[in-house]
Amino acid sequence: MSLNIEKLRGLFPILHQEVHGKPLVYFDNAATTQKPQAVIDALTGYYQHDNANIHRGAHALADRSTQYFESTREAVRDFIHAKEAAEIILTKGTTESINLVAATFGRKFIGEGDEIIISTLEHHSNIVPWQMLCQENGAILKVIPINDAGEIEYDEFLKLLSKRTKLVSIVHASNALGTINPVKEIIAKAHEVGARVLLDGAQSTSHLTVDVQALDCDFLAFSAHKLYGPTGLGVLYGKREILESMPPYQGGGEMIKEVSFDGTTYNEIPFKFEAGTPNIGDVIAFKKALDFIQDLGKDAIKAHEDELLQYAAEQLSEIKGFIPVGVAKDKVSVLSFCINGMHPFDVGVMLDARGIAVRTGHHCTQPLMKRLGLEGTVRASFAVYNTKSEIDVLADAVQKIARIKNK
Amino acid sequence: MDIKEVQEEIISEFDILGDDKESTIFYIMELGGNLDAFPEEQKTEENIIKGCQSKVWLTASEEDGKVHFHADSNTDITKGLISLLIRVLSGRKPSEIAYADLYFIDKIGMGSIIGSQRSNGLAAMIKQMKLYALAFDAKLNAGI
Ligand SMILES: Cc1ncc(COP(=O)(O)O)c(C=O)c1O
Repeated sequence: MSLNIEKLRGLFPILHQEVHGKPLVYFDNAATTQKPQAVIDALTGYYQHDNANIHRGAHALADRSTQYFESTREAVRDFIHAKEAAEIILTKGTTESINLVAATFGRKFIGEGDEIIISTLEHHSNIVPWQMLCQENGAILKVIPINDAGEIEYDEFLKLLSKRTKLVSIVHASNALGTINPVKEIIAKAHEVGARVLLDGAQSTSHLTVDVQALDCDFLAFSAHKLYGPTGLGVLYGKREILESMPPYQGGGEMIKEVSFDGTTYNEIPFKFEAGTPNIGDVIAFKKALDFIQDLGKDAIKAHEDELLQYAAEQLSEIKGFIPVGVAKDKVSVLSFCINGMHPFDVGVMLDARGIAVRTGHHCTQPLMKRLGLEGTVRASFAVYNTKSEIDVLADAVQKIARIKNK
Repeated sequence: MDIKEVQEEIISEFDILGDDKESTIFYIMELGGNLDAFPEEQKTEENIIKGCQSKVWLTASEEDGKVHFHADSNTDITKGLISLLIRVLSGRKPSEIAYADLYFIDKIGMGSIIGSQRSNGLAAMIKQMKLYALAFDAKLNAGI
């Protein structure tokens, strides 16, 4: 069923404004998506009616907050089709989720001479935690190369795999180029040598159906704010037996069973990994974002976004001086490009003058930019509330800008 | 013209452009085209200004007690901004440059045009120009 986009836009108050005297065209969705009214209402509603610390006090507000908080956990479980809610750890975001795995699983199960495989497409948050771990314990970081289209070289990945591989940590969909990686095959191959697999789902979870059981991934990390939800909140999914074998992350309240000065016993999962008072209000509001996505249906969202991506690629390809960056066969709705003879920064500022919000620069993927021989790109990324007429506005602006240097 | 007069001139030029951000940016980019060619061999790490998101190279020379600036950037908008600074500051006595009050930047609404990140870069550029001026000032005074 196709979506009623006009009606859907009505749910997002922020979209209805002018920027520099022009209607806002928001194409920076890979950085963060906008939030529907229901999420905003849930956040204020929580502070107006329900605010209390969770899992502790024996009073009505505490009960209610706890119940709402845990119902988000259950909604996340359902969203990624995990076996049980205990496998869902709530974090600050993708970055913290990956760091959590590095600091616990990494420290315990990865040692000197062991290998961790990542790819050239990774966001800095799936590079630096592993570099830090390797520096600490003498493990070795291996990187899967890519081809010029921006796809990983699968055969090279197979060559890197060995008995020494302890972890493959790979992005499901690239934030800079949109490339969707063949993660199901990667996971199966990694498991053959006994390695665990972490998926960076920051960009995939908003566009694709991600079923952790069907994929059989060991960890999945993603952020609420790229899923129409609040900022500063994310998820780490992990298989129960792995999470149970991991040492705790941070110490404090919530994560303990019993504390004495002779020693402390730790709580069950997921609480073992959630020390301190969590981001309760945002967690509760996040459920409304998941409801929003589930109501529309991932298939309908993907169909609409695919149509936008294809339309944008067609419109922009006509423009003299337009250079697409990343032309993988399988992509989420991210369109990265350069304009011949122009710096991406200048293009971004000029688009902003027309009310169009895009991201310019290296997109936190400097090694990828280096591989592509670029300083950066202009990136337009589309969400479910974007329209073809907005793409017309973009194409029109890019045409005018490109003409400066491409007569 | 003194520093104040040049700034007033720039302010009135930008006044003519009005509130339209797009035409203002196109104008700034055009100004960048007026910069003198900058020798490739001087695009060194030493001459790069730290704090700029886009790359900016700046050198200065002194002749008859006046400081002359030469600069380049890899982005056209930044080039335009530099050309404005050079128009105001180049060819003046070191002390004039070091203590110049560059109010035209606020007056023409540069902050909202270039965004906060580039504003930091612009501030770094001005600081570097003033540092050059102070260094020449010290040298000239020592020479007397
Ligand atoms: C692919 C990818 N990984 C990781 C991150 C980091 O997410 P966060 O900043 O929400 O922790 C991002 C966000 O930019 C991303 O796009």
